[in-house]
Amino acid sequence: MSAIAYPDHITATYYLVLAAMLFTIGAVGLLVRKNTLVMFMCIELMLNAANLTFVSFANALNDISGQVIVFFTLVVAAAEVAVGLAIIIAIFRRRQSVNADDVDLLKG
Amino acid sequence: MAAVVFFVCAAAVLTGALGVIAGRNPVHSALFLLVTLVSIAVLYLQQHAALVAAVQIVVYASAIVVLFLFVITLLGVDRREPADTAHPVQRVAAIVLGALMLTGILVLVHGNRWVTGAHSTRGALGPADSGNVQTLSRSLFTDFVWAFEITAVLLVIAVVGSVVLARRSGHRAEAPGAEIPDSTDAEATSA
Repeated sequence: MSAIAYPDHITATYYLVLAAMLFTIGAVGLLVRKNTLVMFMCIELMLNAANLTFVSFANALNDISGQVIVFFTLVVAAAEVAVGLAIIIAIFRRRQSVNADDVDLLKG
Repeated sequence: MAAVVFFVCAAAVLTGALGVIAGRNPVHSALFLLVTLVSIAVLYLQQHAALVAAVQIVVYASAIVVLFLFVITLLGVDRREPADTAHPVQRVAAIVLGALMLTGILVLVHGNRWVTGAHSTRGALGPADSGNVQTLSRSLFTDFVWAFEITAVLLVIAVVGSVVLARRSGHRAEAPGAEIPDSTDAEATSA
């Protein structure tokens, strides 16, 4: 920890490590939680980690395309949230629950 | 100074992310998600991505979080659910897998110089102090215009699809009876 304490220049590696940690937290949360709403938030965390990586590389390579890709990720995330929350509402109307374990008809 | 901003924001990002997965109440999770998203916007600003930071605030921190909160209040699930977290074995397995994945990514980041290759193949970022809206929009509307149009189609499909999904209420229709012909119309269209 002392090696990275207050460096005078924040390199892309710092952002990449932060994005990796954020992605891992999102993935673990997706596996651990059963509330579908919280699971969706974990997916948002992972998408944000990917976005942070894109912006870091855009900055490191001085290339604008990394930032453009972030816009497309944002659009996909917005579409995913809209459809996913509609599905959650539809499931809730039938099952009165947002618990992922209650949606087990495919389990046989 | 940049280091201070980075470490403060990084701490906020990780705190918010941990709060999302640790919060018992979905409303608290959504608010912790807001902390993470705003901190990431600051990190974008630090990396000369002013427009991306603004869009992050407008789309993520506003629209998506508000959508989450609307659905939470609409469904009335803003109370603690008894069997929310996974089985202990599942939880331990998830944490072990997460640690393995983090180790793998960190080894990749550490062992390779990823930031290599040609610089500015699609254009430079532009002047750092005045924002880069012009550069970004030029790239978006020339190099990526096809993908841009496709996202318009994707958004329309998503909006129509979510409206159809949210309107189909099955046998237990809470809505007044006037909604029933509409839902059969929607079923016919989707079939």
